[in-house]
Amino acid sequence: MSVPAPLIEMRGITKSFGAVKANEAVDLSVAPGEILGLLGENGAGKTTLMNVLFGAYAPDAGEILIQGKPVRITSSADALAAGIGMVHQHFHLAPRLTVLENLLIGIPGKSGRIDRAGGLERLAEIGRQHGLMLDPDLPVSALSVGEQQRLEIVKALFRGARLLILDEPTAVLAPSEVDGLFSALRSMAAQGLGIIFISHKLNEVRALTHRCTVLRLGRVAGRVDDPANTTSSAMAQLMCGHEIAPPARGPSTPGEALLTLDGISTSKHSGTALRDVSLAVRAGEILGIAGVSGNGQRALAEVISGVRAPDAGRMTISGQTVTRFSPREVQALGLGRIPEDRMTTGLVTNLPLADSMVLPRIGTAAFSSRGLLKPEAIRAFAEAQIKAYDIRCPGPMTRAGALSGGNLQKALLARELAFDPKVLVVSQPTRGLDIGAARFIHEKFLDMRAKGRGIIVIGEDLEELLVLCDRIAVMYEGRIVGTLDSADATIARLGLMMTGAEGHS
Amino acid sequence: MLRLEVRASTPAWFNLALPLLAIAATLILCSGLIALAGAGVLESYSVMFTASLGDSYAITETLVRAAPMIFTGLAVAVAFRAKFWNIGAEGQLLAGAVASCFVGAIPMPGALAMLLMAMAGAAAGAAVALVPATLRVKFKVDDVVSSLLLNSVIYYALMALIEGPWKDSFSGYPISPPIEDSANFPVLIEGTRLHLGVVVALIAAPLIWFLIARTTLGFRIRVTGENPEAARYGGIHVERVLISTALLSGALAGLAGVGEVGGVHFQVMSDISPGYGYSGIVVAMLARLNPLGVVPAAIFLAAVMTGAEAMSRATGVPAFLSDVIQGTALLAMLVALLFTAYRIRRVGAAS
Repeated sequence: MSVPAPLIEMRGITKSFGAVKANEAVDLSVAPGEILGLLGENGAGKTTLMNVLFGAYAPDAGEILIQGKPVRITSSADALAAGIGMVHQHFHLAPRLTVLENLLIGIPGKSGRIDRAGGLERLAEIGRQHGLMLDPDLPVSALSVGEQQRLEIVKALFRGARLLILDEPTAVLAPSEVDGLFSALRSMAAQGLGIIFISHKLNEVRALTHRCTVLRLGRVAGRVDDPANTTSSAMAQLMCGHEIAPPARGPSTPGEALLTLDGISTSKHSGTALRDVSLAVRAGEILGIAGVSGNGQRALAEVISGVRAPDAGRMTISGQTVTRFSPREVQALGLGRIPEDRMTTGLVTNLPLADSMVLPRIGTAAFSSRGLLKPEAIRAFAEAQIKAYDIRCPGPMTRAGALSGGNLQKALLARELAFDPKVLVVSQPTRGLDIGAARFIHEKFLDMRAKGRGIIVIGEDLEELLVLCDRIAVMYEGRIVGTLDSADATIARLGLMMTGAEGHS
Repeated sequence: MLRLEVRASTPAWFNLALPLLAIAATLILCSGLIALAGAGVLESYSVMFTASLGDSYAITETLVRAAPMIFTGLAVAVAFRAKFWNIGAEGQLLAGAVASCFVGAIPMPGALAMLLMAMAGAAAGAAVALVPATLRVKFKVDDVVSSLLLNSVIYYALMALIEGPWKDSFSGYPISPPIEDSANFPVLIEGTRLHLGVVVALIAAPLIWFLIARTTLGFRIRVTGENPEAARYGGIHVERVLISTALLSGALAGLAGVGEVGGVHFQVMSDISPGYGYSGIVVAMLARLNPLGVVPAAIFLAAVMTGAEAMSRATGVPAFLSDVIQGTALLAMLVALLFTAYRIRRVGAAS
């Protein structure tokens, strides 16, 4: 097989932010029809590199070549004109406009009029070619997350992208949606498009990509020419620079029930309501809640953390009824919570990290007395946690939003674990995190379990749940369809239950 | 070619440099208007400066004018920190003025009268601010619109009062009866108008700074403003924080009215405030919502106002220039704020 000329080539890209070298002499190329995996831990420089390619940052050194010709990309408009399309982790769509209208944003029409018919035709054509079907007249707000992502991909193709960058596209998808995405990507590659696929999930990278470039600390740590026949652990080793063994969950004998839900139901508010949910987590136990997201997980987490009051049912913590307690009250009884969305419900991105780290406990004697803050105590607490959890940031007064996802997740974990909660409720604990960071978080959970605490892990990643949990309950349309001991559970069985099939409890 | 790039962090000296830069840009932009009016630019600005800050009497006059804007500036700064968009400081000021005038007209010992005037004025301002806050919390009514429109309601209610029950039956002027002499705020420097209320305003700024920076209420206000969802998950009662903020903001704006009645006019008339409530928005923005910054920002605007009148007399440039300077300063500051989040980067030619 002859090697085709690269569609795009980045040579010696260097980009610094102050003293930090986010990228140093990075080379990367993608051939037409090639799917390149871009791997690296959080903070390895993947996002910076893609932002350079997409024109958001100007590199300090290095050049970008498209089909052998050097180009200057100084804005996303330049990038689009050069045939580069990017699907960000956070979508850039106008929710009130329809699918077609979103596609036509920024497209010059015919003599001042929007070319609706032409748009419809292209949309249908792209849909047919790659199996990316979308209803043109549906408003974006009515689309599922997977469909919104599909629209972002179609948008890039619509604008004539020949290279498509996808930044952790599977992080927001349900397992069933991932297959659809992959077949679309393969179809695009078959037609000669180049694709850069960024992911932490090594099994996906192995299944999809033709070649991988691995970044570590801003430099190219290695390349993998045959991902399908390379082991995940070998790739992980390239990413972290050392070997990573899966966490070992030893046997444990669960004690008394720490948190119980008995017949909890909620009215439909936003998202799926809970219907007669009963469950219990015991001391020294990790309980998984599996399910395709949008099946009531959010309501469940909100009820447990006191943000939402249930319409029926009873909840107890250590035997005490807490059904209508406020977030502060359940927290005082030893409930810790790590919310699903770090940026929107967990942290205050514009304020110093220290503020986010003390937020849930600002009224307690640790951080204030008689309504006055204790700035030294707050700072000292944040500094201690930054050290203990190796949170990479310049200091406690750094804007929280400047931290990477993995470091933010560590900060959220630190703020709860510092108070040794009896029960920890955590949603999607390692979403978007690299192997090293995920491993660290898993170990913390297992430590808690060993100390006789109870943990509820709400998640979609079945492999993670199987490794971590003692028992796994499956949620479907607001109900618990069954609970399995993880010894009896398999991905296939859980996957079936996630579609609503009854399991054996 | 120049372009904007996101900043990772904002250097601390920006807090001082940006307002100064905005003010410099404002003066340069407005010099065109002065030239258009046929006066010398440097001469006009020099008259403005001398008349507002040139001697000790001028300085006291500027401070007297700054006092209400310190209060409205604090009112807006506190509210905006919580993202309670209080555009209603003007109406809250007027309500505070009316309430304090009402109390001040009742004969009683001077010290007691002043205390009760302040309390009544603060309560009235807070009550007015409670309306848009409640509408927002209960019914999701846009607070910008409701607080702004309420200004007209309060203004015309005040007009109805001074054209009706309060009208001077002897002269027929639409002004309220004066407050008791004993309720007039003491003057601190003989021969000037520097009254007690000015000192209270100067003390209020560090107190409000302390409240925002060092108390749990201030913490909750900041967090609620920056991310109400995270605040709710963190156990903060967001609605309660918004209401508390509105009450505090309204009370501060009400105190601006108290100072004008007790220290400057001793009665209420239709033009008791030349838009101090709206100027408070400019003040708060120039101060970057920092209560300590409110004091210099208010003094700057006050100096522009006093200076513009003298300039008008000396050079014939209309005193409306003061309004233009205020408006331009706000726009310049909003542009300057861009640089806290972005940096300008020169994109060089390809090497």
